Amino acid sequence: MSGLRVLVGCKRVIDYAVKIRVRPDKMGVVTDGVKHSMNPFDEIAIEEAVRLKEKKLASEVIAVSCGPPQCQETLRTAMAMGADKSIHVEIDLATYEKMSPLHVAKLLSKIAQDNKVDLILLGKQAIDGDCNQTGQMTAALLDWPQATCASSIEKTNGDIKVVKEVDGGLETVKVKLPAVVTTDLRLNEPRYATLPNIMKAKKKPMEKKKPVDYGVDIDPRQKVVSVEDPPTREAGQKLDNVQDLVTKLKEQGLLTS
Amino acid sequence: MFRSAGYLARSVSNLSIKSKPQILRCADNSSRVIPSSCRSTAASPEPRQEPAGKTLPNTKKEASASAQGESRSFAMNLFQGKIATEQVFPFPEVLDDEQKEILQMLVDPCAKFFEEQNDALKNDAMEKIDDTSMQGLREMGAFGLQVPQELGGLGLNNTQYARLVEIVGAHDLGVGITLGAHQSIGFKGILLFGSPEQKTKYLPPLASGEQMAAFCLTEPACGSDASAIRTRAVLSDDGKHYVLNGSKIWISNGGLAEVFTVFAQTPVTGPEGETKDKVTALIVERSHGGVSHGAPEKKMGIKASNTAEVYFEDVMVPVENVLGGVGGGFKVAMNILNNGRFGMGAALSGTMKYCIWKAVEHASTRMQFGSRIDSYGAIQEKIARMTMVQFVTESMAYMLSANMDQGSTDFQIEAAISKIYASEAAWFCADEGIQILGGMGYMRDCGMEKVMRDLRIFRIFEGTNDILRLFVALTGIQYAGKSLKELQKALKNPLANMGALTGAATKRAKRMVGLGSGLSLAQHAHPQLNDSAEKTAKAVEQFGATVESLLMKFNKNIIDEQFVLKRVADSAIDIYGMVAVLSRVSRSLEQNLPSAEHEKLICEVFCDEAAERIQQNLASANSRRVHKNFDTLTKISKNVVENGGAFQVHPLGY
Repeated sequence: MSGLRVLVGCKRVIDYAVKIRVRPDKMGVVTDGVKHSMNPFDEIAIEEAVRLKEKKLASEVIAVSCGPPQCQETLRTAMAMGADKSIHVEIDLATYEKMSPLHVAKLLSKIAQDNKVDLILLGKQAIDGDCNQTGQMTAALLDWPQATCASSIEKTNGDIKVVKEVDGGLETVKVKLPAVVTTDLRLNEPRYATLPNIMKAKKKPMEKKKPVDYGVDIDPRQKVVSVEDPPTREAGQKLDNVQDLVTKLKEQGLLTS
Repeated sequence: MFRSAGYLARSVSNLSIKSKPQILRCADNSSRVIPSSCRSTAASPEPRQEPAGKTLPNTKKEASASAQGESRSFAMNLFQGKIATEQVFPFPEVLDDEQKEILQMLVDPCAKFFEEQNDALKNDAMEKIDDTSMQGLREMGAFGLQVPQELGGLGLNNTQYARLVEIVGAHDLGVGITLGAHQSIGFKGILLFGSPEQKTKYLPPLASGEQMAAFCLTEPACGSDASAIRTRAVLSDDGKHYVLNGSKIWISNGGLAEVFTVFAQTPVTGPEGETKDKVTALIVERSHGGVSHGAPEKKMGIKASNTAEVYFEDVMVPVENVLGGVGGGFKVAMNILNNGRFGMGAALSGTMKYCIWKAVEHASTRMQFGSRIDSYGAIQEKIARMTMVQFVTESMAYMLSANMDQGSTDFQIEAAISKIYASEAAWFCADEGIQILGGMGYMRDCGMEKVMRDLRIFRIFEGTNDILRLFVALTGIQYAGKSLKELQKALKNPLANMGALTGAATKRAKRMVGLGSGLSLAQHAHPQLNDSAEKTAKAVEQFGATVESLLMKFNKNIIDEQFVLKRVADSAIDIYGMVAVLSRVSRSLEQNLPSAEHEKLICEVFCDEAAERIQQNLASANSRRVHKNFDTLTKISKNVVENGGAFQVHPLGY
């Protein structure tokens, strides 16, 4: 049996270490001149795909990213980590900012069909929107089985066995291929893109597409009303004893008397 | 990299070779620091056997440039009181879009590696680079940054290399030295002078980090005076090998390296049949047998890097392992060091950025006397000055690397200036940074303490700053002497040389009446920096005049006037700093960078203060009163040396 064709979503997000600032117009966050990198969960997905390939279980790893031209940097990183090729679905910044998981899921499902993919690996969520929807929606659109929040992935004959962390323990699910799997934090530790591999990645193919190429309508259906900073935490109070604490809590109506 | 040999030797061999028919001759009255063998270098017309011209682009061009007697180097021309703008205005940019893109892609992963995988304090404590970190560096490709891609490296140019070592310098100088000793000097000779066979054989395993390289020049009796090498290589009876014997000290990577670039005396027969020892560079493999090393040296800083003695005992080095021709060792050594030096400025500007970051992090949160300490002038001056010297270092470093990438070959003064300035600026930055942090900075866990220990060596190795100052001054003065010599020649036949004479005479006459000979940077610098540009042009003018009058006064004996040469060098350093900053900030204003206004402030203060320092240094170089002080200082030193220590009677009498 030939190896799997794996499609991996690689979202370009504001780097996890950056302190997020709300734009003055309150319609989004400041992205200009802010360091971006690959969504950490997607990095885990790429790593897992590359490991599948190294174990000769996968034959080709395709990285895909939807968004402005800078997404190509993210794809180069994915290819430096070991993806064989990549697809950039270019979307201008203004449109991109209004995109929602459903749009991406539609694009991914089309790309998966076009490329005869057997397995879609996605981060369980992106650290910017924290939606945790794209994987599930993609599976639904394709009518493929899904296994979310994987902390281990094992290929058995024609199936994929996925272990996921749930409250109070581990849950093991088995899905038939083709399938959509989303990755959780403890699945693996992604490798570093080394400098020689970054240079080599420059020579790997990158397809450039537009949403229309896939016949996907990405007009926004939602409207951002306002983006606000989380409320600043108010200073606490130090109380001398438990009695005072109980009194205070009662005053606030947090304890019934 | 842990070595300090060579600079004086180079400067002197420069003087002696090029200036033989000129004003500065390395004559018999050379001072003690001048190695006697230089004279022999000067005496013979250098029968060097070199590989085909292709492998030696630098030297070829350099030779032809110096044959014409014209240099495009700003620093060289400075000594003639001229402003050569070609290499400095506009601020040189060499990276094309693709090179920029590649570099951009490399920067983040490289920084990430140092932030997340490498533990500088742990390496320091273990006195070696942690094994996983070392393996990470190999996988990163950090050992072959400038090796061509087809030989397994990354094929970076100097500017790209500079940008990456800046990251290394910001995080771990111990790792920096290990990497630098390996590629910046260890196998640089193979890269610069190697035959195609040598390159194919040695570079791939070196680039991957599978093998390490070391540069072996320094010996117990040969520090700054590189001509005193005792290690010898003699041709074996069958003529197939050189038999190498000797020992080298303070060799970075000495205990780890598999491949060594070794400098040894070899007997060379000259055209008239006489045999003399000349330095030859050899590629020596540990596997040749007879190579051993001592225990790792215990050092003040850069502890993670390995420094050891290396011994060669009847090592059979195949004749095809000669690098850069038999007897060509001096040139090989100096080219390697010259070519490797630019990286230091870049690495240290990274270190300084780290110091500034640490200091600011503290100053902007620490409350004392009811206010944040960054609100106090005492702290503000420190932060501003740290910023200023970092900016100057960074500007010099990238100007130099760009000039090198543009194919400049006579950048030796600029390279030396950049090394001197960077190492002293970094020391200042670490010192002031620790001062801002106070007791916290003195503690090991803060990280600054290690930086300070690591930094100290940078003023010592790769040419001590003292020797490099002499090198800067003498190389420049020798170049200036050339034009003066031509003037003197013209004076012998004034009628035929009217043009040259009136030109020079007018220049001098104008200077004498204080008019200035019309030097200006106004058309190159941004209009908003007019004031700084004027000060720079004026400084160049004064500098040229001072050098000229010093040459008139001391003639060839100028080589012995180290007190004076130091002041000349200091002025040259300041002027190069002014030009680098002026050019960079002009570009920033031009491009309307977000930091342009901030940079303008730096430019204004730096140029103003530098101009003042230059004026003072040049005045004292030529002042009778100050010269008397120099003589007195000599006497004081002599007294103390004769006494074997402090000479004065104790204030308590016992």
